[in-house]
Amino acid sequence: MVRDRNLAVDIIIYGVLTLIAILCVAPILNTLALSFSSRIAAVSGKVFFLPVDFNLASYREVLKDHAFFRAFGVSVERVVLGAAINFIISVLMAYPLSKSRRIFPGRNIYMWLLIFTMLFQGGLIPLYMTINTYGLLDSIWALVLPTAVPVFNIILLVNFFKGIPKELEEAASIDGAGPWKILFYVYIPTSVPVLATITLFSVVFHWDSFFDGMIYMQHPENWPLQTYIQQVVVNANQMNNVTDPSEIKRLMAVSNQTLNAAKVFLSMIPILVFYPFLQRYFVSGIVLGSVKE
Amino acid sequence: MKNKKFIYNYHLMLFPGVILLILFQIIPMFGISIAFEDFIPTKGILHSPWVGWDNFKYMFNMPDSYQIFVNTIVIAVMKIVAGLIVPFVFALILNEALNRKFKRTVQTIVYLPHFLSWVILSGILINMLSVNGIVNAVVQAFGGDPIMFLASNHWFRLVLVTSDVWKEFGFNTIIYLAALTSINTSLYEAAAIDGAGRWKRLTKITIPLLIPTAVLLTTLSLANVLNAGFEQILNLYNPIVYQTGDVIDTYVYRAGLLQAQFGLATALGLLKSVISFILIAISYRLAYRFANYRIF
Repeated sequence: MVRDRNLAVDIIIYGVLTLIAILCVAPILNTLALSFSSRIAAVSGKVFFLPVDFNLASYREVLKDHAFFRAFGVSVERVVLGAAINFIISVLMAYPLSKSRRIFPGRNIYMWLLIFTMLFQGGLIPLYMTINTYGLLDSIWALVLPTAVPVFNIILLVNFFKGIPKELEEAASIDGAGPWKILFYVYIPTSVPVLATITLFSVVFHWDSFFDGMIYMQHPENWPLQTYIQQVVVNANQMNNVTDPSEIKRLMAVSNQTLNAAKVFLSMIPILVFYPFLQRYFVSGIVLGSVKE
Repeated sequence: MKNKKFIYNYHLMLFPGVILLILFQIIPMFGISIAFEDFIPTKGILHSPWVGWDNFKYMFNMPDSYQIFVNTIVIAVMKIVAGLIVPFVFALILNEALNRKFKRTVQTIVYLPHFLSWVILSGILINMLSVNGIVNAVVQAFGGDPIMFLASNHWFRLVLVTSDVWKEFGFNTIIYLAALTSINTSLYEAAAIDGAGRWKRLTKITIPLLIPTAVLLTTLSLANVLNAGFEQILNLYNPIVYQTGDVIDTYVYRAGLLQAQFGLATALGLLKSVISFILIAISYRLAYRFANYRIF
């Protein structure tokens, strides 16, 4: 790399980047500070990035909230089940689809089915009616089965599998390994970064989803955490049932900011904990997956 | 013979996924017929009265329709433009910082909002943008009056675009950063020997070599002209800002699932699906023609 550094320019560059990074996390820090502040300090607008009148009242209140923990449990169940199903389906579909049409006639028919379902959907109402007909309302399966085939992840994985040297498969085949053994002992061990990437995407997707929980779960005890937060924190603020503008403005002013901030922050902790471990995988995973022969 | 056994197993491996796709993607497509029916839930899809194009006629005569389409396209296009420019500029600035540790730290921070849900980000935004929130504290510090950002048709779209940039710009730089690492460093060395300064190298080497990537992303983003961001808007809007913020997807949700106007909602959703499908097909075609890009 060429180096003709200019101190003034460097200061500007590093300064701008630092500022952007701070702006990016500032809202999260503000929420954290609010959750540890007193309600009076929050209402009077004194809280920036440090708690004012530090106290744990909001968290104590969340601890007493059974609905919050039940929703947390539903979300954990959904993530484990959903990500496991996504993983199995992705690996099983990506391997045959990574074969050329010469080796696997019919490959393109499957591929077109996948692409078609990704590009064209029946829409909200028909899907809702279908789930209803299957009797899946209020069942965890309504959250994990319609999302079981992650087409984007599969395409990423197909592209990666295509790049694995054919010699590896041939050698295993000569030693008598069938397709299942080749998949499990050759392909999976050589694809750890990209598998970590798609698993990250699945976990985040399932943890972050709220809308399916909102429409398919009719009883609040079945809500996953994001749906619970949506209903309790966000929807309570939207007042879609209230039409009088002055009433909306009045309600917006009295919302319980500190308690909401505590709930919002707690619900993002799993992502924050999980993030650093997988962060180093996903960039390399995406770049590797998009490289084609 | 061995080959045949392999192919049999390939079909077997694809079987579970294909069954799930048929159950949850293909079968719901038959429900599209609701768009041509006066759908009555107790009678079901098969026995509800057929009304032909009536739902579509009603939709086009509805006073809200025009506003919904305008809102959708305006918000989506604003997001597309901001979503193309901000990551491009940010990637160029980041590329100028040579300290690897610093670079990686900045990247880790700016990717984070991408992984948080719109529910969480909306919870944060509602707090920040409230009358006694941090943004209005800044507004007041500069002598302004507090603004109800989420209850103002003047500000609502700007809030949508800004918060969308906040969530996605970091993640969208990944593709530019990948393109930047593939630039041959000897180009810079040769340019430096010929006396090109830092600015010259940026404008004559880096930017021209990133343009193809930018063009490709622009082409592909054509597919999103009707995607104004359902989850974001659903979590941030309220009846006061329907005028500037209500879009096709939110209208379909309210009409279909809250007001039980199944035929109308399905028809509107179908119209959107068909137009989006055409737009995606065109954008992929163009991307393939001009950039030799294929997703599969």
